[in-house]
Amino acid sequence: MLKNEINIFITILSRDLIQYSRRRGEWGLPLVFFVMIASLYPLGLGPNPKMLQEIAPAVIWVAVILAILLSLESLFQNDYQEGFLEQMILSPHPLSLLILAKVTAHWMASSLPLILLTPLMGLIFHQTATSILALVITLLLGTPALSLVGALGASLTLSVQRGGLLLMTLLLPLMMPIIIFGVSAVVKAGEGVNYSAELKIMGAILLLTLSFVPMATAAVMKTVIE
Amino acid sequence: MKRLASPKYCYQLIGKILPWTSIACLICMSYGLYAGLFLAPADYQQGEAFRIMYVHVPCAILSLTIYSILFASSLVFLVWRLKIADIIAEASGGIGATYTLLALITGAIWGKPMWGTWWVWDARLTSELILLFLYFGYLGLRSAIRDPNTAARAVAILAIVGMVDIPIVHFSVEWWETLHQGPSLSKFTKPNIAKEMLYPLLGMLAGFFLFYLNVLLYRMRSLLLYRERRTEWVSLVLREN
Repeated sequence: MLKNEINIFITILSRDLIQYSRRRGEWGLPLVFFVMIASLYPLGLGPNPKMLQEIAPAVIWVAVILAILLSLESLFQNDYQEGFLEQMILSPHPLSLLILAKVTAHWMASSLPLILLTPLMGLIFHQTATSILALVITLLLGTPALSLVGALGASLTLSVQRGGLLLMTLLLPLMMPIIIFGVSAVVKAGEGVNYSAELKIMGAILLLTLSFVPMATAAVMKTVIE
Repeated sequence: MKRLASPKYCYQLIGKILPWTSIACLICMSYGLYAGLFLAPADYQQGEAFRIMYVHVPCAILSLTIYSILFASSLVFLVWRLKIADIIAEASGGIGATYTLLALITGAIWGKPMWGTWWVWDARLTSELILLFLYFGYLGLRSAIRDPNTAARAVAILAIVGMVDIPIVHFSVEWWETLHQGPSLSKFTKPNIAKEMLYPLLGMLAGFFLFYLNVLLYRMRSLLLYRERRTEWVSLVLREN
């Protein structure tokens, strides 16, 4: 039984990854957007290294969140228009599992490149090695939770035409706790303080979203697509 | 319980309740306003400015209470498919957002003379602001989805997720504020409130709640009429008036 479910998970995951590799704009544009947003701050605030060092954790986190929000429309929209989501609902496999596979693929295609790029952004903002490490760790814990919450929002706005702005309005309040803990962990790392408490809370939020959101998303999807 | 499922019965029931809640609201509000503005003594620290408390505190308490009602009715709607629960939720959303906005505005007006600033990034203020964003998201989603049945169920799920989010936001913001060493002024602890000040506050709280109930019932009535606009009983009701 379990083997069956692992198989279908991997099938959906690899199908989506192949699709993302063919549509480069869907994960490439958020990446470019991320770098641009982050480099807007030095342009606006001036090149003072000390100040840039101070604001960097917040700037990078906010840029990551905006990039993820931007990429979320591609999570379900194509499959919704092509009728693939309907097939997912009709299939005998648990819908939440299929959604989890899709979200995993989306995270690998859109968030992982961002995380790989953050050390570079950290260097641009004069971050120390410990801060960069903290940044990468918090992003690794935080972005999956963001993608999961984002999937819920994307399913809620499926039937809405040009729902991008609405999607952001729905999701930002839900994402705020993750930003707060992510940024404060990086700030603490920069000051040389132990930040394991923040990591534990972020882990707890990730587990909470992981257990709760796929089910809720499945319920929304069944409602919206009828 | 079964009769509550009938829109016609609900409409008539609300019509019977409304006069009583209106009168109760009027009594509570006029007592609270008179006692709060004239009878209660001025605060020894804050002078007359503290009297905005009689508007601010009820608004702030109700902003959360209404969200809880929104959550509870959404849950009832999802589990039992009771349409009246969705009507309660739809009617409550806008009122809750208004109370939240009023709490923020009156808080800013109170903050200016007391703390010397309109706004501080204090835990309570920030959570209230995020609550307002949650309300906006709820209202935005409700108005964006065309099909009313889909919209009802989608926003119900959103309301439940928002309810899970509220305590997380509250604790994270509280913790964030202690990290940032918030201004010590905002942490002033309320002195034990005197009875002459407390009773008007309770009166205003009851008055504001009854006002919410009144507006809720009015909106529920019009929503009932609107949703059932193609039925026999609505055309009968409209012809009578």
